[in-house]
Amino acid sequence: MGGLQKKKYERGSATNYITRNKARKKLQLSLADFRRLCILKGIYPHEPKHKKKVNKGSTAPRTFYLLKDIRFLLHEPIVRKFREYKVFVRKLRKAYGKAEWTAVERLRDNKPGYKLDHIIKERYPTFIDALRDIDDALSMCFLFSTFARTGKCHVQTITLCRRLTVEWMNYVVTSRSLRKVFISIKGIYYQAEVLGQLITWLVPYQFAHDHPTDVDYRVMATFTEMYTTLFGFINFRLYQTLNLVYPPKLDSKAESELKAEHEEDYAMDSESYLEKLSALSASLARVVATAEEEEENQLDQFPADGEDLENMEAREKEQKEQEAQNRLFEGLKFFLNREVPRESLAFILRCFGAEVSWDKSLCIGGTYNVTDETITHQIVDRPDIDKQYINRYYIQPQWVFDSVNAKMRLPVEDYFLGVTLPPHLSPFVEEKDGDYVPPEKLKLMALQRGEKHEEEEDDDDDDDDEEYNDEVDDEDLTEEKNLKKMEDQRSQGKQTLAVKVTPGKVKPWETGSVGNKVRLEKEEKAEEKRLAIMMMKKKEKYLYDKIMFGKKRTTREANKLAAKRKAHEDTSKAEKKQKKAKKQ
Amino acid sequence: STLWANKSTNLQRGDTASTIDVSVLDIRNTVGNVPMEWYQDYPHIGYNLDGKKIFKPIRNKDELDEFLDKMENPDYWRTVHDKTTASDIRLTDEQVDLVHRLQKGQFGDVNFNEYEPSVDFFTNEVMIHPVTNRPQDKRSFIPSLIEKEKVSKLVHAIKMGWIKPRKPKETTPQYYDLWAKEDPNAILGRHKMHVPAPKMRLPGHEESYNPPPEYLLTEEERLVWEQQDAEDRKLPFLPQKHSCLRAVPAFSRFIHERFERCLDLYLCPRQRKMRVNVNPEDLIPKLPKPKDLQPFPTTMSLVYRGHTSLVRSISASPTGQWLVSGSDDFTVRFWEVNTGRCMKTLEVGGAVKSVAWNPNPAVCLVAVCFERTVLLLNPSLGDRLVVSSTDQLITAYEPPEEDKEQAVTWALSEGLEHNMGHRLTLTHPKAVKQVVWHGKGDYLSSVMPDNSSNLQVLIHQVSKRRTQNPFRKNKGLVQCVSFHPLRPYFFVATQRYVRVYNLIKQELTKKLMTNCKWISSMAIHPGGDNLICGSYDCRLAWFDLDLSTKPYKMLRHHKKALRGVAYHRNYPLFASGADDGSVIVCHGMVYNDLLQNPLIVPVKVLKGHQITHDLGVLDVTFHPTQPWVFSSGADTTIRLFT
Repeated sequence: MGGLQKKKYERGSATNYITRNKARKKLQLSLADFRRLCILKGIYPHEPKHKKKVNKGSTAPRTFYLLKDIRFLLHEPIVRKFREYKVFVRKLRKAYGKAEWTAVERLRDNKPGYKLDHIIKERYPTFIDALRDIDDALSMCFLFSTFARTGKCHVQTITLCRRLTVEWMNYVVTSRSLRKVFISIKGIYYQAEVLGQLITWLVPYQFAHDHPTDVDYRVMATFTEMYTTLFGFINFRLYQTLNLVYPPKLDSKAESELKAEHEEDYAMDSESYLEKLSALSASLARVVATAEEEEENQLDQFPADGEDLENMEAREKEQKEQEAQNRLFEGLKFFLNREVPRESLAFILRCFGAEVSWDKSLCIGGTYNVTDETITHQIVDRPDIDKQYINRYYIQPQWVFDSVNAKMRLPVEDYFLGVTLPPHLSPFVEEKDGDYVPPEKLKLMALQRGEKHEEEEDDDDDDDDEEYNDEVDDEDLTEEKNLKKMEDQRSQGKQTLAVKVTPGKVKPWETGSVGNKVRLEKEEKAEEKRLAIMMMKKKEKYLYDKIMFGKKRTTREANKLAAKRKAHEDTSKAEKKQKKAKKQ
Repeated sequence: STLWANKSTNLQRGDTASTIDVSVLDIRNTVGNVPMEWYQDYPHIGYNLDGKKIFKPIRNKDELDEFLDKMENPDYWRTVHDKTTASDIRLTDEQVDLVHRLQKGQFGDVNFNEYEPSVDFFTNEVMIHPVTNRPQDKRSFIPSLIEKEKVSKLVHAIKMGWIKPRKPKETTPQYYDLWAKEDPNAILGRHKMHVPAPKMRLPGHEESYNPPPEYLLTEEERLVWEQQDAEDRKLPFLPQKHSCLRAVPAFSRFIHERFERCLDLYLCPRQRKMRVNVNPEDLIPKLPKPKDLQPFPTTMSLVYRGHTSLVRSISASPTGQWLVSGSDDFTVRFWEVNTGRCMKTLEVGGAVKSVAWNPNPAVCLVAVCFERTVLLLNPSLGDRLVVSSTDQLITAYEPPEEDKEQAVTWALSEGLEHNMGHRLTLTHPKAVKQVVWHGKGDYLSSVMPDNSSNLQVLIHQVSKRRTQNPFRKNKGLVQCVSFHPLRPYFFVATQRYVRVYNLIKQELTKKLMTNCKWISSMAIHPGGDNLICGSYDCRLAWFDLDLSTKPYKMLRHHKKALRGVAYHRNYPLFASGADDGSVIVCHGMVYNDLLQNPLIVPVKVLKGHQITHDLGVLDVTFHPTQPWVFSSGADTTIRLFT
């Protein structure tokens, strides 16, 4: 066969990969620059299928990049900018050393910069691609926007992140695309559905960060650089789809209202504008002024039959549900007390059509006062409040989150002031059969289906009520009652015992043969299965064992959770009883 | 500290110079400020004016002396070691005072006054007379010509448009519709290899600020969590319950987690992995139901008790009426199969390794091997005609004319032994492990495992009382042998291979690779084309001799070493017994059609034997006519499964 035979590691998969160091040498970049380039261009190492082959027979741990990726980096114009920057730094240092201040100033003025637009376009050729990848960008920008403006990164980056996140929140409010929210111990998770893409992001709580020392902020800053560019373009496009002005402007009507109130408080207009935007209390200006904002986007009816029809109906139903959820808080007027997280609650409530306001001293943009009689709900996060209005509910913030997740206004009784809150469940968990479902979720699902309180609970409550009534009654009476009850119970127990004994003896004679048969059949089946498992091939057996192991583990975990729950309930009941006993 | 020591010695020196005569006390550093390590190994430091060595003071304080000194010497705290002269110096009160003052940051000199009244060099009062009275230059009044020239040049350049004002820097990034002209064709080939990063895992109930109580960790779980490495933890955080939103603190690892995500995005090697999404039930092979493959033994019906030690070997008579068993308690017992009665017990002179009933129904002979002897017994059970004809057959032997030297000695039993049933005794040169009959019942083979000699297998002919060694070469330790049921083939199993010899042509026809580590037992299908091998590494290999020299099927049904395997003579069944105390019966159908591979289905796992000394079942054998299987175990019993 013609041609020279190639050597062992000069063909096949070994030629498709390149180690990091080799790649770096090929690109003639320092490690820091290489890292930055990889982050910006989205180049990541690949795990080869046959590592030993690619590693030329060695099993040493090495990271491999695709050779094509590295070749692709060779033509990147940004690499030249990196080099220019390096030269600039060198010149600047020299000028400093010579104390040539005019030169320093001139160099500073001509500091080389670069744009990432083309990289974004190249990495995300379509808008949907970009949207799909925005989760991390959102979380990162939200994190950076909460940083203090002290040294950890450039102030411009922080303000830019803040601006972009505010724009995003305004978009979500206007498009009403928020779906799920979750208060976790890390921060607050939000999930929105934008153009059919589910986008989840995490916002930290509003506290000062204690900056860890083992985190490389340069890496984070490089990512943020890329993310802000991407995020800005996405925001632009999203605003365009809604016919909104970009950069966002407040509606002229709202603006005049706000101005009248707060002109004297804020000196700098440019600063206060962002704050007004971030207050999220006013609607945005549109490019084309439409008289009616809400255009009902009804699904067109297509003639369909069979499965299509079902699908269509399902879709229609979903759409209706969606619309209902979007109008969840419509017509309600909320007032946020100063101790609740204003931004997150204002954001959520506005997303579902509520009117929100807060104390004037808390933030700009509050539209009405506490004293407003039309307020329906006041969100309070303290054990008690002095002055209460009768015509409004005082509720804890969890009610808002739970209601959004349940897609319905939950009964407010469980969320009143000073009440022990029901557990806050994650809306992101979708239980498959066999998984553990917490009883609160079951209750919630029943509630969603339209059933009233569960019977069990009612019973419990009734019992409690009865017992409370008992307590109210005279002691003698209660004693008598108790005795009677105990007697009744005892007699019942005897009866049941007597009833139980007879069939217990009869059963094996009458129904034993049937039961035996069933049992035998079961056993036979089990044995058949066991024998068949013996005949499995080694590979399939391994897979089968692995699957079965996983299944067993999930059931074990579910059982463990259920057992824990039961134990907890038992102890709490016992405590209740003890308390009652003490009272008596 | 060295500096400090130097200072103190200087002080000391000053003192001594002033108070004591120099010539008397000649402790001086004459070497200057050189590293004192240079003199570490010498008894002296420097030389005096006469060129004599200045010796170090003799210093042989060890730790203990040091400690005692510390405890007893009241001046220990003010004693310092001077390296330059290698001597201990007690600081005077003034010196201690100086040290204290320096430690406090005060001046060394006591008499130094830090707060002297300041004296102005220049007065702060403005005087009426200037310091210099020089008149101003003329050039400070007249506009500069050079400057004018420069300005006019710049003005001209601006007028001509050569100099432009610097463009204002764009600080805020400009955004526009980047995807205005989306072109799906612009997607690079690179995107095909792109492995998108997986999204962050969505939080579960346990991450809630107010989770259901079952998701909180108990005290022990929390301790375990704390002791685990960060990588081993199932949850990267501790679930916590807060009574209200106000009480929720900041998450301390928030920045860490984002940073780790960043690292994952650009450092973590990515690979596309195909997730297997199969129903585990589909993986189980569809086999014919055992019910349809009946008959096969299903229940244990009889237990033959009587032996007092482990039963090594069993064999059933060709009629199926009797069973013989050999045990380590030096006995051979004969049982009636249907009743479980022990008909006869024969004491032999050693632990019985193997028993074999002559397969010829017209002969009533049992071969028993123990130590170096193979004993042919006539148990005198069953048809009397057969018994007597057997005896006649043995007595009818006429010794040949020329007596050849044989490997074993044949001896006819007489007297008491004859009455006990002994007929012929074959004394071997080495310990015998196994005896096997040929199907016709005239030939008998015995195995003497020995790694170093070619005399491992012997074939005896009973009617002619002749013995021959078929092999000239040693091919490894022989484990077991077997005759082909129909053709003149002979199977020899060594540790890892089974060799098939043609006895007529006297040549090797096949060598089967078993893929096992150590073969323990072997059985030939009555059809003669299939073979099973049990091995000590828990495997059973089925060979189709027409197909290949590699196993057609490897069965790993047993958990422990296999000890015995057997085929049924009529039914398509085979059984294997192992140290895990179970006998597994499989349906092994061999078709006459050469194109159809044998069908192997496990049909029953029979349990009953107790495991004693890590040994379970030692031998299995089938009833010659019924679908019954006998098994003998280390628990001294023989069991019949029907």
